[in-house]
Amino acid sequence: MRKRLSSMDTAPDGSNLAGVRHIILVLSGKGGVGKSTISTQIALALRHAGKKVGILDVDLCGPSIPRMLNAHGQDVHQCDSGWVPVYVDQEKSISLMSIGFLLERPDDAIVWRGPKKNAMIKQFVGDVAWGDLDFLIVDTPPGTSDEHITTMDALRPFNPMGAVVVTTPQAVSIGDVRRELTFCKKMGLPVVGIVENMSGFVCPHCTECTNVFSKGGGEELARHAGVPFLGCVPLDPLLTQSLEQGKDFIKEFPKSAAYSSITSIAQQILDGVTQGS
Amino acid sequence: MADVPENAPQHCPGTGSSDAGKGSACQGCPNQSVCASGAAAGPDPAIEEIKEKMSTVKHKILVLSGKGGVGKSTFSAHLAHGLAEDEGKQIALLDVDICGPSIPKIMGLEGEQVHQSGSGWSPVYVEDNLAVMSVGFLLGSPDDAVIWRGPKKNGMIKQFLRDVDWGEVDFLIVDTPPGTSDEHLSVIQYLSGAHIDGAVIITTPQEVSLQDVRKEINFCLKVKLPIIGVVENMSGFICPKCKNESQIFPPTTGGAEKMCSDLGIPLLGRVPLDPNIGKSCDTGKSFFTEIPDSPATLSTLIIQSSSIICNHVF
Ligand SMILES: Nc1ncnc2c1ncn2[C@@H]1O[C@H](COP(=O)(O)OP(=O)(O)OP(=O)(O)O)[C@@H](O)[C@H]1O
Ligand SMILES: Nc1ncnc2c1ncn2[C@@H]1O[C@H](COP(=O)(O)OP(=O)(O)O)[C@@H](O)[C@H]1O
Ligand SMILES: [Mg+2]
Ligand SMILES: [Mg+2]
Ligand SMILES: [Zn+2]
Repeated sequence: MRKRLSSMDTAPDGSNLAGVRHIILVLSGKGGVGKSTISTQIALALRHAGKKVGILDVDLCGPSIPRMLNAHGQDVHQCDSGWVPVYVDQEKSISLMSIGFLLERPDDAIVWRGPKKNAMIKQFVGDVAWGDLDFLIVDTPPGTSDEHITTMDALRPFNPMGAVVVTTPQAVSIGDVRRELTFCKKMGLPVVGIVENMSGFVCPHCTECTNVFSKGGGEELARHAGVPFLGCVPLDPLLTQSLEQGKDFIKEFPKSAAYSSITSIAQQILDGVTQGS
Repeated sequence: MADVPENAPQHCPGTGSSDAGKGSACQGCPNQSVCASGAAAGPDPAIEEIKEKMSTVKHKILVLSGKGGVGKSTFSAHLAHGLAEDEGKQIALLDVDICGPSIPKIMGLEGEQVHQSGSGWSPVYVEDNLAVMSVGFLLGSPDDAVIWRGPKKNGMIKQFLRDVDWGEVDFLIVDTPPGTSDEHLSVIQYLSGAHIDGAVIITTPQEVSLQDVRKEINFCLKVKLPIIGVVENMSGFICPKCKNESQIFPPTTGGAEKMCSDLGIPLLGRVPLDPNIGKSCDTGKSFFTEIPDSPATLSTLIIQSSSIICNHVF
């Protein structure tokens, strides 16, 4: 890493999160199920609902969010109260912090053991000058280890609203996500709900729907675990394309297969907030 | 590579570091005096013990990817099945994904337990010539989460390599979690005396995945781990009804092929998205025996890859 930023000891602990109203973690025991995808899409949908959103990417070994929001290659700067996050849009309605912004070359590997990762995450939680946000979405790597424990420990004083847990429908993924729910319980983190991602693919040639990764596992798990089910997001090539190019899927493809499920997930989050307050 | 004891404070510089016992983080650490004396700086004795243990294991292959959910465990499991088709060969499959062990399910071994034998833990056998070890065999229930930080995961990996009674083995396949962190460093460090033949890297075709996989390749270069080749998984989906192909995960930047030619590493092959592969993993059945004539070329690829791997290692 080239752009080493010094730790801010001027700001009193936590003051940088004082203007953040709701914190949501996006979690999964399984990799590649769409955590970063769901994080970005929830952020975009909330933005379209008029909210101010920040995204904190604590996946240090595989940061995906900068590319997905077409912000890769940007720099993080320093101000009096900490690190200035990268703004994704002109209106500054989505701000983003990721280790991707601190790498000298995009292909550099972060080869760090736990303690170094933990130190970085603590800085991410404490030192980013988010300003006023309606929502802070925290995207995580898969698993239940250093990053997750440290993020939870650092965020606990700010009472996170809860976790959106992402899974794909097949048993191999559900198995890991069951364990993630145990993690949430042990950490005292409420589960906002489960999202079943990549359920079903509609063939663009003949409109036949194939359950590429089977179907229904997420909903069944939610029932079994007694947590809300937020909905299924189908496999949608327009979504994959948008993420590859960093386009705003919610704005550009309101007729696509995944659009309604994503906006409904965001709506349920908004409803949860109004009910809670 | 620093080793951090389980009871070390947050910013432990590592027992092998020149700051060991002297850093500001060392104040109050129970190991401070040992570290300051330099006694801990020597190489972990486990490396030598593992070298000894691994003297009966001919070849060691890691399956890696920077990205999650790309099919590392699927490939590892089927490579193990594929190599074990030769009854004259002894195959071992080790799952070092401590927080997300999928191998028990994919191998149809859920609910199995590890037994203690005189010479260590005995692995679980799928066939006479196919032994499997995973943290999944040590958990009491499918809801048990392994909420461990690095040092505890490393300790488990050390035990898997040192204390499992593997016996005479021709190929040890190691399935890993995504990333470039504790688990990866530990396997490589603990096997540093024993020689790893190389790594097979798995990716899917889209850039979101490739950008992480390039990091993994740089990691391999950094730790001088030879790369046997790259497998592109989930490339293209053939509709079972109309037989037309769709790119669910489109190779927007040229896919694995372009990455491999840019970086000068071999592409071992491609496997399409095939619901049958997913099903065979969920039900724990070998794709070889259960669905031998499915359109997916997983079995073909495994056969090719095993022969490339055999050529690579002999
Ligand atoms: N070619 C394929 N076609 C269809 N399904 C596949 C294919 N390859 C893998 N899968 C399925 O995709 C899922 C993810 O695969 P797998 O668990 O092997 O990934 P992984 O890289 O080991 O993930 P993790 O990083 O979480 O360990 C599994 O359910 C598997 O059955
Ligand atoms: N519903 C979906 N439809 C199509 N592609 C998807 C969908 N969800 C995720 N993807 C794609 O799958 C890949 C993995 O998703 P990602 O969000 O990076 O997973 P994770 O963060 O869990 O590792 C990405 O290329 C993403 O674009
Ligand atoms: Mg991600
Ligand atoms: Mg796996
Ligand atoms: Zn079709």
